[in-house]
Amino acid sequence: MSTVNVDAKLSLNKFYVNEEDAHIVLKQNAATESDEFRKLMLACPAGLYQQDDKGRIQFDYAGCLECGTCRILCGNTILEKWEFPQGTFGIEYRWG
Amino acid sequence: MPDERFDVIVVGAGIAGTVAACLLGREGLQVLLIERGNYPGSKNMTGGRIYSHSLEKIMPGFAKEAPVERKITREKVFMMTEKSSMGLDFQSSLLGMPGSDSYSVLRGVFDQWLAEKAEEAGVEIVTGICVDKLIMRDGKVGGVIAGTDQLEARVTILADGVNSLLAQQAGLRQEFKPSHVAVGVKELIELPAELIQERFQCNETEGTACMFAGFPSGGRTGGGFLYTNKESVSLGVVCTLSDLIKGPKTVPQLMEDFKAHPAVAPLIKGGRLVEYSGHLVPEGGWEMMPRLIGGGVLVAGDAAGFCVNLGYAVRGMDFAVASGECAARAVIEAGQGGDYSESDLQIYKAYLEESFVLQDMKLYRKFPHFLETTPRIFSDYPGLLEGIMAELFVMDGQPSRTLLKTMMKHADKVGLLKIAGDAWKGARSI
Repeated sequence: MSTVNVDAKLSLNKFYVNEEDAHIVLKQNAATESDEFRKLMLACPAGLYQQDDKGRIQFDYAGCLECGTCRILCGNTILEKWEFPQGTFGIEYRWG
Repeated sequence: MPDERFDVIVVGAGIAGTVAACLLGREGLQVLLIERGNYPGSKNMTGGRIYSHSLEKIMPGFAKEAPVERKITREKVFMMTEKSSMGLDFQSSLLGMPGSDSYSVLRGVFDQWLAEKAEEAGVEIVTGICVDKLIMRDGKVGGVIAGTDQLEARVTILADGVNSLLAQQAGLRQEFKPSHVAVGVKELIELPAELIQERFQCNETEGTACMFAGFPSGGRTGGGFLYTNKESVSLGVVCTLSDLIKGPKTVPQLMEDFKAHPAVAPLIKGGRLVEYSGHLVPEGGWEMMPRLIGGGVLVAGDAAGFCVNLGYAVRGMDFAVASGECAARAVIEAGQGGDYSESDLQIYKAYLEESFVLQDMKLYRKFPHFLETTPRIFSDYPGLLEGIMAELFVMDGQPSRTLLKTMMKHADKVGLLKIAGDAWKGARSI
C-alpha cells in the first residue's frame, strides 16, 4: 500500500476559497463522536477530515470538492452546517 | 418586490438544465438559466462518457461540433484482485454506430459548449449566482431567491445536481440514505495523444472505456473506471457510501492503490496529473427518486436521481438530456392555458414514462438493491476467478486435475448454492 498525499493532488485544482465564510461547519460534538468522524475520514475524497498524532480532529473546508459525501453521512450528527459555497467561490473544475 | 419575472427559471447549467433551457428558448419563452459556478460545467464532473442517442435527437450531429473527447469503440470489463486482473474485451464495429455511439467527455469543457447552444436559442444565462431558496407562495414555487435578489418565474426547473438542496426545501425529496449514493473520485492524467493511441490500440478519434470490479473499491460495493480522452485519461474509483464507511481504506487511498495496480500503472506511466475531482453519484435508482413534480416546479437530471449503474455500463448524462427534454415539453404543454399547477405539470411524468427514462429506471429498479445485498460480487468473486485462472495458466509441474474439479474446488470456497443464488438474483434484476 503506497502512501497518498491528497494535499499535493488538491494543489493542482483551482479553488476560490471564501475566507469570510466557511460553507461547512462541524458541531462541537465532532471531537467526541469518533464513530461519526471516522466515517468522514474514510469517505471524504479530498481527505479533509483528519486526526493528528494525539487524536485531535482537524478539518479544513478550503480543499472541498463540494461532493456532499459528508452531508449525506453526518449531516444530522456532527455537521452544524453544509451549504454550497456562495456564488463564484469554491472548486472550479477546468476539465471536470 | 420581485426584480424581474421570467416564464421559466432553470437552476443549474449542467446537462439537464441546459437542455431544458435551450428547448424552451427555441420555443420563444423567456428563460433564465442560473449557474452557481463561474461558468457552466465548472462544478460538474463525470467519469465519464455520454451515450449520444438522446442529445442526438435534439442536436443532430452534435458530436461533430461539440468538444467531445473520443468515440468509445472498445469496452473492457475486469475483475481485479490485488495481484491479478481478469477481463473481457469487446471491440466491435457494432459499437459507435450512428445512433448508438458514445463519447468520453470532460464536463468543464463540454457544458460550456452546450450552454452556448442555449444562449443561441435566446436563453439568458447568469453564472456565479447560487440560489439559496425558492419563493414559496400558497404551496407553489414562484421563483428563486439568491442573496438579496428575488427572481420570479411562472415555473421553475430544478436541475441543481445530485445534492439538490432545493428539491429538499420544496418538500419533494427526503434526505438520501448512504446506500443510495456513491462517491466518485477521479484523476485526470495528461498523456500525449500518440501514446494513448499506442497503449489503447486505437486511432486518433476513438478510444476505450474500462470498468473494474473488486480491488479498486477495496472489495466494497463500487468499482474503478478508466476512459480515454483526446490527450488525457480519466481514472477513478466509485464506492457506495454505506459500504465504504466499513473501511479500512480511505477514498484517497483506494484511488492511490488502484493507480499503482500492476494492470493500471503501465497505462498511465509518464502521465501528469492535472486535476483531482470528486462527486456523488445517485445510484439508488427507482427507490431514491424524489417527487418529480410540485406546484410550479419540476425536477430533472441528477437532482431527480436519474442514473443507472449496471457495473459494465454507467448512464446518467443521456438520462439528464432526456429528462431535460421532457421537462421542457411539459412546460410548453402545461403553459397552454394552464397555470403550472401540480396537476397541469403531471404531463412531465407521462413524457418520462413514454421515454426510456422511467422505463429503464423501472426495469433496473431491483439492481441497486441486488448489489447492496450481494457484497460477494466485489469481495469474493474476483478472488474466486483469480484462483481458477491461476490453476489454468500457472504451470508448476504438479499433476493436473480435470477442469471441473479445479473449478469446483474454488467454487466451494464461496459455496455453490450461494453462487447459484447470486446468479439467479442478478439475472432477474438486470
